[in-house]
Amino acid sequence: MARMVTTQRKVISTAAAWLVGFLIFFPILWMVLASFKTELEAFAIPPSFLFFHWTTENYVTVQERSDYLHHALNSILIAGGSTLIAMLIAIPAAWSMAFSPTKRTKDILLWMLSTKMMPPVGVLVPIYLIYRDFGLLDTRTGLIFILCLGNLPIVIWMLFTYFKEIPKDILEAARMDGATIGRELVYVLTPMAIPGLASTLLLNLILAWNEAFWTLNLSTLEAAPLTTFIASYSSPEGLFWAKLSAASTLAIAPILVLGWFSQRQLVRGLTFGAVK
Amino acid sequence: MKHVLCAVAGATALFISAPSFAQTTLTIATVNNGDMIRMQGLTNEFTAKNPDITVKWVTLEENVLRQRVTTDIATKGGQFDVLTIGTYEVPIWAKKSWLVPLDKLGADYDVGDLLPKIKDAVSVDGKLYAAPFYGESSMVMYRTDLFEKAGLKMPDSPTWDFVVDAAKKLTDKNGGTYGICLRGKAGWGENMAFLTAMSNSFGARWFDEKWEPQFNSPEWKKTLTTYVNLMKEAGPPGASSNGFNENLALFNAGKCAMWIDATVAASFVTNPKESKVADKVGFALAPNTGLGKNANWLWAWSLAIPAGSKKVDAAEKFIAWATSKDYTKLVASKEGWANVPPGTRTSLYQNPEYQKAAPFAKMTLASIDAADPNKPTVKPVPYVGVQYAAIPEFQGIGTSVGQQFAAALSGSSTVDAALAAAQSSTEREMKRAGYIK
Repeated sequence: MARMVTTQRKVISTAAAWLVGFLIFFPILWMVLASFKTELEAFAIPPSFLFFHWTTENYVTVQERSDYLHHALNSILIAGGSTLIAMLIAIPAAWSMAFSPTKRTKDILLWMLSTKMMPPVGVLVPIYLIYRDFGLLDTRTGLIFILCLGNLPIVIWMLFTYFKEIPKDILEAARMDGATIGRELVYVLTPMAIPGLASTLLLNLILAWNEAFWTLNLSTLEAAPLTTFIASYSSPEGLFWAKLSAASTLAIAPILVLGWFSQRQLVRGLTFGAVK
Repeated sequence: MKHVLCAVAGATALFISAPSFAQTTLTIATVNNGDMIRMQGLTNEFTAKNPDITVKWVTLEENVLRQRVTTDIATKGGQFDVLTIGTYEVPIWAKKSWLVPLDKLGADYDVGDLLPKIKDAVSVDGKLYAAPFYGESSMVMYRTDLFEKAGLKMPDSPTWDFVVDAAKKLTDKNGGTYGICLRGKAGWGENMAFLTAMSNSFGARWFDEKWEPQFNSPEWKKTLTTYVNLMKEAGPPGASSNGFNENLALFNAGKCAMWIDATVAASFVTNPKESKVADKVGFALAPNTGLGKNANWLWAWSLAIPAGSKKVDAAEKFIAWATSKDYTKLVASKEGWANVPPGTRTSLYQNPEYQKAAPFAKMTLASIDAADPNKPTVKPVPYVGVQYAAIPEFQGIGTSVGQQFAAALSGSSTVDAALAAAQSSTEREMKRAGYIK
């Protein structure tokens, strides 16, 4: 009897999980469907779910009008570059704050977070002027730099909380056995922190990939990533939903695939760290 | 060996004597509208004639473009060589000396052929600061079949009383047909473009001669009351989230008996590929109340050169090409007369082929002629602009007032409360900006 209840429960909870999953995924599914509709069908009321005239015309138009690969390569380089640099700066910073805290550590952490509270548009003009004078406008270096700075507080916070959960005693034991700081970092700390490092890396990559304010405002053509590619398909006068959906589907495809393959690390990291 | 030396010497001489092209790359910022996309597609025609110029396009959504281009021009960032800007920006930017005056567009450019109202809108002190690429006003688009069935006849220049009355008669909420579809989505370029133009026809104005906001005037109250009541009785549900595209979809699906919006929409609603009612659409001037002003606006997307640009000559060449009479002929030869950019040149409206291809041409021209950006209202005002006041603060003020009015439409606020809130927020902003004390 008890076994039956368990099965029933399992079925219900599985169904509920699928339902919630479907609801969360629905906007993306809807966007993908819209990308295969004609402009008129994409806007039709009531909307058709599956029974419409499927067409790849939007993808052809998007390919003709924009250089997707150029934008995608920029996105990969900018998101990847800024993430790597942010990790290189954040790991030692978080490590020192987690394992050798001082009186001011908490204040420093809060101060770092406070920089995220300012709306970026508040500093747009000064940053634009600095970038103009240093020749950084519309360069990948400039975008990597600003995205790295923008994401650093979150990366440090996440790593700090992961590192804090590692018992100090283990490190002490390693030291007792004569391990140097380098060996301690590589052989003791890193293996334990890998899920945290992986999820921080992935989250930072996703944040940088999706960042739209700075990438739109500081790039023109050469360094323009996929955010500018998407922004060019929205129109105030005229139907554009289907083409915009096709552009958006192309833009999220790489990060969706990456997320799919790394979901195990992502979920593991997210459920025991800073953002649980 | 001797032959080889001769060949090398000859080749070198040839190389030196060949005309060397210094390649100029123009970066052009534009919006994603049909006419602009068409222009991008025809760029090769321009570069074939000007092999020393390469053209690169940056297409952005209107609001993103506005923010991006404003930041760049205000900081003299130099990222763009040709900008697509609206009639709102031209007077403000020209006064700040951010734009190069366009007085060297060539002898055959024929500035005199530009529609006078559109030319006025992109000129300051008689100098052209942007070349209009396409222009638009607003007008009534209506369903001739529904009007006929109800025994109504739309005059060429209807009054608001007629429009309100007809909208109520034509509404069949059970059948899913609504008497009128109007913009309701908040934004200075969304509901406020329509409502400001509508208020002009009711004798209202944004500011008096001393820049005092006028939302406490009876004219504004009448405007907003008429709009809200009309939309409640004869408008589609959820109208406070409808902008141009949403109303276009509703009208094309046959759900609106009337729609007052941009003249540019005429080519969409009469296109059988897009519209279910393509052969049943009539056009009329935007309504009035007999005070001498119709509820229509004036807008032109125009091409301009930012001051300090190092490629002025090439940019001028491009602008002269893209806004010339020959360009319209080029589009007509490739894509038909119905697809040429409308609303900028007198000659286009005199062209019998265009008149035949565009049944809405006459009313579009009449609507553009009926708007006057330099004298937009019944009472005098200190600003230029029909559906906006061309001051830098207007974007912020207009959007905040638009939110109040959208709230009145959705029912979460009343007409009186919305007007009071609009008055106080505009007063505060105008004081802060130093227009009033």
